[in-house]
Amino acid sequence: MNNNPQLNKNGELQHLLTTEGLPASILLNILDTAESFVGVTARDIKKVPLLRGKSIFNLFFEPSTRTRTTFEIAAKRLSADVVNLNIAASSQSKGETLLDTVNNLSAMHADMFVVRHSQSGAAHLIARHVRPEIHVINAGDGRHAHPTQALLDMFTIRRYKRNFRNLRVAIVGDILHSRVARSQIHALTTLGVPEVRIIAPKTLLPAKVERLGVHVYHDMAQGLKDVDVLLMLRLQNERMLGACLPSSEEYFKHYGLTQEKLALAKQDSIVLHPGPMNRGIEIDSAVADGKQSVILPQVTFGIAVRMAVMTILAGN
Amino acid sequence: MHLPDAEQLLADLAEKIRPDVTKNTVLVGIYTGGVWLAERLHQILELTLPLGALDVSFYRDDFGQIGLHPQVKPSNIPFEVEGRHIILIDDVLYTGRTIRAATNELFDYGRPASIRLAALVDRGGRELPIAANYVGATIVLLEDKMLALEQSNNGKLSLSLYDKIPPG
Amino acid sequence: MRILIKNGRVIDPQNGMDAINDVFIIAGKIVAIGAEPDCFQANHVINAKGLVVCPGLVDLSVRLREPGLEYKATLESEMRAAVAGGITSLACPPDTDPPLDEPGLVEMLKHRAKSLNQAHVYPIGALTQGLKGERLTEMAELYDAGCVAFSQSDKLLLDTRVMMRAMQYASTFGFSVWLRPEDVSLANSGVAHDGEVATRLGLPAIPVCAETIALSNIVLIARETGAKVHLCRVSSAEGVAMLRAARQQGLPITCDVAANYIHLTEMDINFFDSNCHLVPPLRGLSDRDALRAGLMDGTIDAVCSDHAPVDEDAKLLPFGESEAGATGLELLLSLILKWAEEMKIPLIVALSKITSGPARILGVKAGHLSLGTAADLCIFDPDQYWKVEAKTLVSQGKNTPFLGMELQGRVKYTLADGIIVYED
Repeated sequence: MNNNPQLNKNGELQHLLTTEGLPASILLNILDTAESFVGVTARDIKKVPLLRGKSIFNLFFEPSTRTRTTFEIAAKRLSADVVNLNIAASSQSKGETLLDTVNNLSAMHADMFVVRHSQSGAAHLIARHVRPEIHVINAGDGRHAHPTQALLDMFTIRRYKRNFRNLRVAIVGDILHSRVARSQIHALTTLGVPEVRIIAPKTLLPAKVERLGVHVYHDMAQGLKDVDVLLMLRLQNERMLGACLPSSEEYFKHYGLTQEKLALAKQDSIVLHPGPMNRGIEIDSAVADGKQSVILPQVTFGIAVRMAVMTILAGN
Repeated sequence: MHLPDAEQLLADLAEKIRPDVTKNTVLVGIYTGGVWLAERLHQILELTLPLGALDVSFYRDDFGQIGLHPQVKPSNIPFEVEGRHIILIDDVLYTGRTIRAATNELFDYGRPASIRLAALVDRGGRELPIAANYVGATIVLLEDKMLALEQSNNGKLSLSLYDKIPPG
Repeated sequence: MRILIKNGRVIDPQNGMDAINDVFIIAGKIVAIGAEPDCFQANHVINAKGLVVCPGLVDLSVRLREPGLEYKATLESEMRAAVAGGITSLACPPDTDPPLDEPGLVEMLKHRAKSLNQAHVYPIGALTQGLKGERLTEMAELYDAGCVAFSQSDKLLLDTRVMMRAMQYASTFGFSVWLRPEDVSLANSGVAHDGEVATRLGLPAIPVCAETIALSNIVLIARETGAKVHLCRVSSAEGVAMLRAARQQGLPITCDVAANYIHLTEMDINFFDSNCHLVPPLRGLSDRDALRAGLMDGTIDAVCSDHAPVDEDAKLLPFGESEAGATGLELLLSLILKWAEEMKIPLIVALSKITSGPARILGVKAGHLSLGTAADLCIFDPDQYWKVEAKTLVSQGKNTPFLGMELQGRVKYTLADGIIVYED
């Protein structure tokens, strides 16, 4: 199977499943379109009539209030109708298969599915089996991808740093289990960032990760030197149980972002985090609330980026 | 076909608008030709209030057929629309759909006191009940032709004619 | 019944024959190859011009799904699939429901299979009761009931001590123990090879050392106990290297590889194709090449199909949740021929891996065309292409990475005990 499952036969975006394999022109088009939506979200009337009459179904097989809410807000600002389905609670427990659930919903004239699932590849599976008119947006599948998060991170970086081609970017944390990290890496390399670093202990790195085009560091002090952008990742409690880490305290000491460590990066470097933050584990409050943090703007930009993605898909 | 000189039309249009200009007059240009014209008119008419620019891509009625226009630019209305007398500027007035979209968008910013329309060229062929208050020139064109405003590197404006690309 | 197979290219790896010859069958046995016996009057003549005539294929791992798993496949459908694939002898692993840990179950299976009059079925008995890895089965009883070896199938042993005791016990009677080398805790919940593809796709991964560490344990225990061991489905370059070293030390260890692994790698998973969700996982290019090299130099003795029909619903799930396994009976021959073609291997060598090689491991009289033996034959057209499609596959399982592809090599006739059990 060689054809990109995300693109239709005209090379336009049909689904957004992963940042991997998308040409820079498509990524940049999403960012450029999002610029206009930032203006819309700043007005009093935050709606435009673009997706009026369209139905967007949020299929969240894995619970998440944050992400689901931003997709819901984005859809409503486009004047679309939104249906929220918390699948975990209902049909799955009755033994209905993933595809049965999707087929039932398709019969209700959905135009777009926003899917989050605990298994890598779930969004691809759904995209392969929906009717051709339905668009699928991956809101996070297992460890594999979270493309809208990576896109809003790219948007944020471009807002503050303008040009991708002279940046040093570091991603810090649990790369092994992170769909955000994978999507960020593909987006950064596609957009021409010359140096992408990942900083993590060996237990939190996947095999052959250098092949994705990144430089690996185990020492945060070395890894952060002269960095322009810091992308911090969330650490989940399960890592201690899985014998990947001894404790969050030791993790914070060596991989947590403090003022001192931040000072090793460039003076005008920016700090991003996909949220929700574990203060004192991957990032300390002084940095999270400090002047280099762009974590709150990320949230605003997230709505504009998701509006852009939905609009572009619906228009193709 | 002999097209009129855009610079001359612009000068004519400015003089038609001048009698109605007050210190509260605001111009809003529609991307891209309308914005070029609005910038020049702003100078010629020596207006003080800032210029507005509208990208109507999010309000068009053909999104379902042709999708989103490439290169959407952010609209910029740097003043309160509420209670304002606005002059909307567009380069070529044709079906009237762009003006419908622009009006809807302006109303999402607030409730203007009035909106008047200035167009460099009116080529007829209206599909909606829309009329311009100020017109540079009225031209009759064949249905398969499109008229566009162009700006050279030194800012000189000119009109050009090209064939309409059939859809699909 | 007197059958004449005329003008076929007879290839018999065990007896070193590769020549155009006639084959004469009387009352279910091969009576002559080449010169016509006196007063031979054929009831039936098979025109084998342009076709290859070889021993009926011997497949070391075929899941018939009975007893217990009939929603995936039945004995009837899979036995028909076997002969459609030219297979006349097959071994089935004990992972049925209930597992083959009771002589009664084994007898019933053998009886059912025999009554279908197709391929010969050789059950592999469970090594431990319920395949739970705790208590030994009555291996001697099971052997008397018809089991040719003992295995844990994919329910890997957690306890090394139990593995040692099981191998010691089997060794007491000279029984063969078949084990898939994979360490349970290192494999964990992995579903793909620990390499670039699993990293990109975010799939939980199984490192190569899960195989090599388990292999090392098995080899050492085999040396300790003197047990006869057969390693099932080796998958890595390092695993092959360890096996080669063990063989050089003279240990009685044999090994097989599944046909999919001599062609496919982790790259074939593409965009989460659950038809490539296999156990062990498809590994890297260098691993595949090492498996091919191992087959060539004799380190790996046989190729099997590792046939595992899976119902469609169980594959239409996200990769990690899908059931592992591929249907393989009808692809075994074509995949061997594809390997032979790509690596320029003489047909007689390639065919030995699915005839004499596996027959020796099974310890049964099969896989060769010696005079006086049962007439189990496969007659195929080496040049005919066929498309792997749900409607052309006889097996109830339509799950294969090769779905939609055209393969070369089509079975035209299969004979078991001198009876034509399949005709294309």
